[in-house]
Amino acid sequence: MRTYFQLGAAGFRRYSTYRLAIVAGVFTQSVFGFIRVSVLFAAITVAGGELAGYDQRQASTYVWLGQALLAPLALFGWSELADRIKNGDIAVDLARPVDVQLAWWAADFGRALFQLLTRGLAPLVIGAITVGIALPGSWTAYPLGAISVVLGVSLSFVLRFGVNLVAFWMIDIRGFIGLYFVVVAPFSGLYIPVHLFPDWLKTIAYATPFPSLLQFPIDVLSGRVLGSDALLVVAMQAGWLVLLVVLTRWLMARAARKLVVQGG
Amino acid sequence: MVEVKPVSVGISRRRAVGVLLGSRVRSQTAYRTSFWLTVLTSVGIGLIEFIEIYVILTNVPVFGGLSFAQAALVFALANTSFALADLVFGQLDTVPSLLRMGRLEVMLVRPLPLLVQLVTSDFQLRRLGRAAVGLVIMVIALTQLDLVLTPATLYLLIITPLVGAAIYGALFVLAGGLQFFLIDGREFTSAFLYGGSYAGQLPGSVLLPPVRILFTFVIPATATAYLPGLLILGLPGPAFLPAWLGWFAPLFAVWAWGLALLAWRAGIRRFTGAGG
Repeated sequence: MRTYFQLGAAGFRRYSTYRLAIVAGVFTQSVFGFIRVSVLFAAITVAGGELAGYDQRQASTYVWLGQALLAPLALFGWSELADRIKNGDIAVDLARPVDVQLAWWAADFGRALFQLLTRGLAPLVIGAITVGIALPGSWTAYPLGAISVVLGVSLSFVLRFGVNLVAFWMIDIRGFIGLYFVVVAPFSGLYIPVHLFPDWLKTIAYATPFPSLLQFPIDVLSGRVLGSDALLVVAMQAGWLVLLVVLTRWLMARAARKLVVQGG
Repeated sequence: MVEVKPVSVGISRRRAVGVLLGSRVRSQTAYRTSFWLTVLTSVGIGLIEFIEIYVILTNVPVFGGLSFAQAALVFALANTSFALADLVFGQLDTVPSLLRMGRLEVMLVRPLPLLVQLVTSDFQLRRLGRAAVGLVIMVIALTQLDLVLTPATLYLLIITPLVGAAIYGALFVLAGGLQFFLIDGREFTSAFLYGGSYAGQLPGSVLLPPVRILFTFVIPATATAYLPGLLILGLPGPAFLPAWLGWFAPLFAVWAWGLALLAWRAGIRRFTGAGG
């Protein structure tokens, strides 16, 4: 346990080295936030002040929480594991007395925490001051929201871990990483709330684990769902996490059995 | 990245570029599965960018004063422009890693301008997939619109994607030039490069006024599609963006290239190698 905690701390420190990168990230996420707010405000105004349960203030909350969670979730291409599989370093990882998945998970969690405290909070504060955000109707949204975010970040990690495992079977997985982004970005609610989708697209989105990454944590944290509804959402996220952990571990075990590393 | 093959002395620059591009294209089609997968991704990226406009206009009848077909036309014009610019200048995204890895020194001693070398260093055919998405949406939108095709609208329809590509191309070069100064802060440039692409695909009227001004008069993103689009559609513009500005899109492109070349030259001049 101590080992994983230290791996997490290392992940946290690793990203604190590049200060200018953090400022740049905050700036860029804020600019995107303003464009996204513009889009939703225009749509809500035409709709007569409310759209799928979002008024302007709630839409602003959705956008800025989304911008805050973007960096911690790291939906954009991650291929460190795939790179180690490709160059054979994975053999060393498998020989270490720590679990490969848990070790990466701990490091990713440290990274996510650091990103949340820096690149995450800053755009949220900027958005709250300039455009304004709505606070949830009950204090229970905060603890449940925190759990929901932890589950979202974990799900994002496990899914990326799974995509990286493809490298055991194929040499070049950049195509898969790109395709993964094409699927995860719209269905997680990165561009526009999943609740606004037309029915056919909504049905598809809800049947996947992707809304659990971003849309559901935002729903819980902003108080869009409260009480037993919020508990249900969190339980669903946990269900997906268990399923995907089991699946990726099974894949990992299969891959490790057939792994042949050349050279020494 | 593949190292550029040495070009023998005495060969003309145009031929050198031709040889380089030909080799890039051949190398990409060598691995069929990988190639088609990346084309598929590229098409997918074009489609998911369209999701926002599609979803909004299934909820409301007009968006920023535009109907679905009208908003789709603006999106398609901007998206095609950006895809074309990305096809030619997308490789400038790699400047930060070239700087970090110390690969730039080698490129500077070669007998071709750095910009030409970067442009030809990885000519990505897959990016055509994205341009195709824009073109298909454009054609569908045009068939839904029954526009009156005057010489003026025809001229605008042809010239807009080209001027738009020139503007986005300038943003790529501007971003590349600024990387020499920013180093770790490379994400700053995404704000106006990818932010500009995003803002340019939207009806300019939906942008909050400060954003609207920023992405028109500083970073001329709305000039890539929305402003000429207003003229094509015969619509008046919102505050700060009168439709007649659409005629001046080429001037916006000149402005953008002015900024870009200034930043690029300053960047190269500032560059001090790490002794690689």
